[in-house]
Amino acid sequence: MSVRKLKQAAMMLFSSVLVMASNFAWAENSSLNLRKGVTEVSRDAYDLHMIVLWICVVIGVVVFGAMIYSMFAHRKSKGAVAATFHESHKVEVLWTVIPFIILIALAIPATTNLLKLEDASNPDVTVKVTAYQWKWQYEYMDGDAEGVKFFSKLDQASEDARAMNSGIDVSTVPNYLNNVDKELVIPTGKKVRFLITSNDVIHSWWVPDFGFKKDAIPGYINEAWTKVEDPGTYRGKCAELCGKDHGFMPVVVVAKEEGEYKKWAAAKKAAAAAEAAAAASDKTWSKAELMTKGASVYASSCAACHQANGEGTGPFPALKGSPLATADSAAGHIDIVVNGSKTNPLMAAYGAQLNDLDLAAVITYERNSWGNEASIVQPKDVKAAR
Amino acid sequence: MSTAHAEHDHHGAPSGLSRWLFTTNHKDIGTLYLWFSFAMLLIGGSFAMVIRLELLQPGMQWVDPNFFNSMTTMHGLIMVFGAIMPAFVGLANWLVPMMIGAPDMALPRMNNWSFWILPFAGTMLLGTMFMEGGGPNFGWTFYAPLSTTFAPASTDFFIFAVHMLGFSSIMGSINIIATIMNMRAPGMTLMKMPLFVWTWLITAFLLIAVMPVLAGAVTMMLTDRNFGTSFFDAAGGGDPVLFQHVFWFFGHPEVYIMILPAFGVVSQIIPTFARKKLFGYSSMVYATASIAFLSFIVWAHHMFTVGMPVAGELFFMYATVLIAVPTGVKVFNWVATMWKGSMTFELPMKWALAFVILFTIGGFSGLMLGIAPVDFQYHDTYFVVAHFHYVLVTGALFSIIAAVYYWLPKWTGHMYSESLGNWHFWTSVIFVNITFFPQHFLGLAGMPRRIPDYNAAFADFNFMSSIGAFGFGLSQLLFLALIIKCIKGGEKATDEVWEGAEGLEWTVASPAPYHTFAEAPEVK
Repeated sequence: MSVRKLKQAAMMLFSSVLVMASNFAWAENSSLNLRKGVTEVSRDAYDLHMIVLWICVVIGVVVFGAMIYSMFAHRKSKGAVAATFHESHKVEVLWTVIPFIILIALAIPATTNLLKLEDASNPDVTVKVTAYQWKWQYEYMDGDAEGVKFFSKLDQASEDARAMNSGIDVSTVPNYLNNVDKELVIPTGKKVRFLITSNDVIHSWWVPDFGFKKDAIPGYINEAWTKVEDPGTYRGKCAELCGKDHGFMPVVVVAKEEGEYKKWAAAKKAAAAAEAAAAASDKTWSKAELMTKGASVYASSCAACHQANGEGTGPFPALKGSPLATADSAAGHIDIVVNGSKTNPLMAAYGAQLNDLDLAAVITYERNSWGNEASIVQPKDVKAAR
Repeated sequence: MSTAHAEHDHHGAPSGLSRWLFTTNHKDIGTLYLWFSFAMLLIGGSFAMVIRLELLQPGMQWVDPNFFNSMTTMHGLIMVFGAIMPAFVGLANWLVPMMIGAPDMALPRMNNWSFWILPFAGTMLLGTMFMEGGGPNFGWTFYAPLSTTFAPASTDFFIFAVHMLGFSSIMGSINIIATIMNMRAPGMTLMKMPLFVWTWLITAFLLIAVMPVLAGAVTMMLTDRNFGTSFFDAAGGGDPVLFQHVFWFFGHPEVYIMILPAFGVVSQIIPTFARKKLFGYSSMVYATASIAFLSFIVWAHHMFTVGMPVAGELFFMYATVLIAVPTGVKVFNWVATMWKGSMTFELPMKWALAFVILFTIGGFSGLMLGIAPVDFQYHDTYFVVAHFHYVLVTGALFSIIAAVYYWLPKWTGHMYSESLGNWHFWTSVIFVNITFFPQHFLGLAGMPRRIPDYNAAFADFNFMSSIGAFGFGLSQLLFLALIIKCIKGGEKATDEVWEGAEGLEWTVASPAPYHTFAEAPEVK
């Protein structure tokens, strides 16, 4: 093949790549480009991303173009004789100054965007986000849902499918690994401020459509904000490695119009009040009731480490046949669940996460499953142990 | 290697195991470093294969999440501290004395020690995986408190291994600086030194500056874990973000430690095969020094999302994008060196050209990551994974491979197998891009890094990436075969080896005698 033909072929290849690239670039939310998202901040990030990308593409075309041209034109086999120049102050100054000017031009929109992104002042609603291994706790600090507080974790369908060799085809699970049991609900058209912190290790709260992620760090309260115009469901992930189940810690935010949001808040408050009343009542629960409730609490709070079959895995001990879970007195068992382990930091204190009824139910469940046979535990026993 | 058969030695190499255990010869020690790093490359690479196997398709099939985290951690640590860094020290050992006309390194016994720490440190690091509770599983960046309060017991051994690796690096650097400063042949002024020597001199200063910082970080971890201190524990009044500042104050110069010698290698190879002097020698030296300086004031661009004051974010963004200027100068200089040259494309040149193009792609994504408001999207996604593999695999590793092809005839006295080398090159270049290019798309679409499982929406690109990774991994076995074949025999190499090669190392015989430049050459 002659060099001319090669050049033609290279030009054709290059132009088709360019056409393809531009098609992809303009296809919004294609799987090849950054998501445009649904907030001003995320759209600004997208626009800036496109500017930098095109600058890189243009510089790339010039530099690689010169290099590839030289590789074809200045080869020894074509009889090229090496020139002797090896410096030129003129071009060296030029290719130092031009990139510098491009960078200054880039820094201006970047600075504006950053200042906007970091300005969480004057919010309409504030939500506290506390990260736990491996779930999120949301607490509404003001507004219609003030006082509403709940955990949000991977939904049960994904949880079942993600077990090792579960036999479940994960492509049949709707929103596999992107779905939670209880979504965070925010009102549309309002500036929502997030106060983000962590109870254990560092996590990072990220919804791509909102255009930012923010680390959840123990001992710190970080601020972030969003203002979503359109109602919808927005899905994200924990973005900072936070231990074993880092990959299984999704974020789901549902934006509702003001009226819907108010209705949701009222229902949520009523349900919380009823649940609190049930947990606080002096009722003595039957073993069957406790076992049923305990099974669902175990699945959502314990199974990730101690496994559904109670046999544990790696550094997480088995509960099946464990001396603590089969002892005559439940005191030690209640203590480790409520206050956490003193020797193994991987076992968190669930007293802060679950109410007395849930704790009593799950401890009862652990003491009477997988062949374990021991006493049942009532909410008042847990209350007494707190 | 076959240096043992060199005929004109004053005294030849001793034979047997004790030759390698007690050697103070820079060529032997260079060889040891290079073989060690090759072994680590294959081990670290096999960890990458485990990662890509689990990510081949959605769902959990092969390893549990804890072991997966252990694999990502060990892959990173072994590749950085076991493969890339020792390989460059090996190249420095072989080449710096020969390039400056010195008979050996300035501190030959310490040279022996700095190598022989490595196999023990590496074994201890790998050994953590067999300990109770499993090996380190907190990522190669080992952020506290995941790496302190919540880490497995084996972490203390990981800390000890990092300390030992640090000793080795610091001693190696002292040796390189002492050699370059004191042992240059008459007439070899600083501004006449080959660029590989220059980049290593600057790298060695970086190493001495930051390895103690890393040692400080892991020591604070050690006392937090075992002696009741609370440097990084918020519950005790400490600060988890302090860890990240200390780590990245080491970590950012560290990434330049892994790329500056690569710049040096490529600046040796391109002029040889373009048969034209390196364009802008002095601007290359100044650009390298500028990059080294800037590397100390950009560390927090790894931490844009930790909640720094906005003024801090702005400073680190501006300083970071500034690095594009001297890095650009280097790339432009390489292209200008090729311009109007008389080029041939032997294997070292092929690898060097692949380096220039692919490293620049990694540089582009680096510029994008430096823009803070967009980094809030890119951060901790596969876009970052794609970025640093373009600069470390197709950057640092490709330059090491280029260097091996370039100097292998000088080391062994034989030419390598051209056909095997072509197979190695083309399979590597194709597969490495199939592996890492789709990872840009995965990151932009929202796939976080360090996750063992994902939604089916990410399935196609992950599948592609895994296939590429298996291909790239297997291709490196061709490299091993080529090296062994070249050591055993092959076409006899001339002293100059390459038509356009310049420099003192090409004036000695091939293979290089056990002792070179016992009498200093005169450099005009």
